[in-house]
Amino acid sequence: MNAAHRAFAPLAAGLAQIGACGRFLLHVLGAVPRSLRYLRETVRQVFFVGAMSLVIIMTCGMFVGAVLGLQLYDVLSRFGSAAMSGTVVALALYRELGPVVTALLFAGRAGTSITAEVGLMRATDQLDAMEMMAVDPLAYVIAPRFLAGVIAMPLLACIFNALAILGAHLVAVSWLGLDNGTFWSNMTASVDLWTDVVNGVWKSVAFGAVVTLIATFQGYTTPPTSEGVAYATTRTVVFSSIVVLALDFVMTAFLM
Amino acid sequence: MAQRQSFQIGTGLFIVLGFAALTYLATQTTSIANYRQGPSYTLKARFTNIGQLKLRAPVKLAGVRVGTVSAIELEPDKLDALVTLTIDRRFDKIPDDSAAAVFTSGLLGDQYVALQPGGSTEPFKDGDEVVLTQSSMQLEELIGKYLVGQGDGGKNGEKPAPKPDGK
Amino acid sequence: MNATSAPPPNEALIRIRGLRTVLNGKTIFDGVDLDIPRGGVTAIMGPSGTGKTTLMRHITGQLPPDAGEIVVDGVDVVRASREQLFALREKIGYLFQNSALLTDFTVFENVAFPLRQQLRLPEELVRNIVLTKLQAVGLRGAAELMPSELSGGMMRRVALARAIVRDPMLIIYDEPFVGLDPIALNQILKLIRTLNQTLGITSILVAHELAAVRQVADRIHLVAAGKIAAAGAPEELSRGDSPWTRQFFAGEADGPVPFHYPAPDYAAELGLSGGGA
Repeated sequence: MNAAHRAFAPLAAGLAQIGACGRFLLHVLGAVPRSLRYLRETVRQVFFVGAMSLVIIMTCGMFVGAVLGLQLYDVLSRFGSAAMSGTVVALALYRELGPVVTALLFAGRAGTSITAEVGLMRATDQLDAMEMMAVDPLAYVIAPRFLAGVIAMPLLACIFNALAILGAHLVAVSWLGLDNGTFWSNMTASVDLWTDVVNGVWKSVAFGAVVTLIATFQGYTTPPTSEGVAYATTRTVVFSSIVVLALDFVMTAFLM
Repeated sequence: MAQRQSFQIGTGLFIVLGFAALTYLATQTTSIANYRQGPSYTLKARFTNIGQLKLRAPVKLAGVRVGTVSAIELEPDKLDALVTLTIDRRFDKIPDDSAAAVFTSGLLGDQYVALQPGGSTEPFKDGDEVVLTQSSMQLEELIGKYLVGQGDGGKNGEKPAPKPDGK
Repeated sequence: MNATSAPPPNEALIRIRGLRTVLNGKTIFDGVDLDIPRGGVTAIMGPSGTGKTTLMRHITGQLPPDAGEIVVDGVDVVRASREQLFALREKIGYLFQNSALLTDFTVFENVAFPLRQQLRLPEELVRNIVLTKLQAVGLRGAAELMPSELSGGMMRRVALARAIVRDPMLIIYDEPFVGLDPIALNQILKLIRTLNQTLGITSILVAHELAAVRQVADRIHLVAAGKIAAAGAPEELSRGDSPWTRQFFAGEADGPVPFHYPAPDYAAELGLSGGGA
């Protein structure tokens, strides 16, 4: 009885956490209309989570594209289809790698900083102070960050993709000598705006919501101590990565 | 205040950059890029079989893209595939006795329409029909022919099948 | 934002009846009755961990109690809607234990924050109000500094300026003396006295520094063991003979507040009680 209880305790705690996060999501969504009066705060947060992530997103995009170009050129030339390198790079990026890798990088770069920031605001009573100044912290602190994540993620994913295409082009065309026209015309012949590009954008919108939800939730509910904030930051990365990959599978199944 | 301003500028730049990337991806790397055409004219071509030819497939001349397949219909009485080719206005000197063929890029790649220039001095005009056409070569048919007839000659007026030696 | 119309002036500003609170399985309050009159400085004292801050969170409606009635300025805090609570809080200034300044705003913007969020005032007016309040706490010159550039005492004074920026009817000071050097402590004391006397703001002072509290408080309520153990003017209380007051004011290590955390019998735990289990 006791052993069974102990075995199920983490499971129950996990379920409770998911339930709490779901409730938090409802509260945040409820606070979104009220947060519109703090539009300036949302703009500021788009700068912090979006513009400040540009360097890492662009660098990683470039390298991911380059390595894809290299690998796919090599693999596809075994089947005599090196001409398709550009197409496969573009499809892999738009459908999967762009949204997913951007979301993982975003969780590491912006998610952690949101958790740490909100967690510190919790630990230093700043959230309570806002409550006391008759400012709803959900509307002033959480909802703008959530919105900023939803806005910034698809834009970051697009920038990531564009840089990755550039990287792939650099490797496949300038380095490995694939014909420039072949690279582009094969790509434009088989990449579709709606099923490939736009579906990828939807994915990254969902990932933006999920990652910022987890980050703000971890920060908002963190125990007000320094270890509390440290653990919360770690949990943000771990949970975001798991949920993003799981959600990616589910969304792919539905969008196909 | 100055600080606040700089956030707004930064955010604005970021959003512009993001949308620029999206626009680039959408218009330059997808089939939308093929829609975007300057002035063009159309040609018609009849094929007995177009195989896997799809809408928006490229039309090439000497391997260079000169237009796209803009419509594919079945002619009810003749039971032919009527394919509309939209050709870029820049290529207005294609001889009017040129032939059209449905080819496959690579062994298993996408299919496209290839124009083979003829010797006429008159160029195609808008709405002209390409009279000389060659249908898609079906891999299964070729293999079948090779196995059964071996050099029997084509029966539907097509050229004898090339040796299916892989490439 | 002047004190609102309704209730008669002799009625208590805050009325608490039968307050009961259980946090994490621990009973914090068990039947607290408390009246805080308008005007004057009321000190809430007590040993650490008796829930003085929790009591303040009840008063401001941040934490609902398990049972009991709390009425602040005619508003039933326990049953109030979010909007009513926010309307009430606009009339309350709250000085947090660790100042709780917003880290990414300057001192000026921190003090201006309540004004900017609630009212649409012309920038000129905001500037004047904020500078007046900063002048009152002696930090007008620090307006453009960030909170991280301030000392603990200065941060608390900025927080105080922020708490009074909307001319509240009530200020709650939550442990304002903790971690201050004697100079900063006296500065805060002076400010509390000035605000109370010149502006007539009702003040609640949560603290455990007896010497400091004695200088400003008109009344002291001693919270211990989930109840109000004693109440009265500072002199009365220090003369009083309740064991709680005696222990607290004399600072005795052992008494009604035990030195030992509750534990099983010492001898038994060491296995020395001969008779076995």
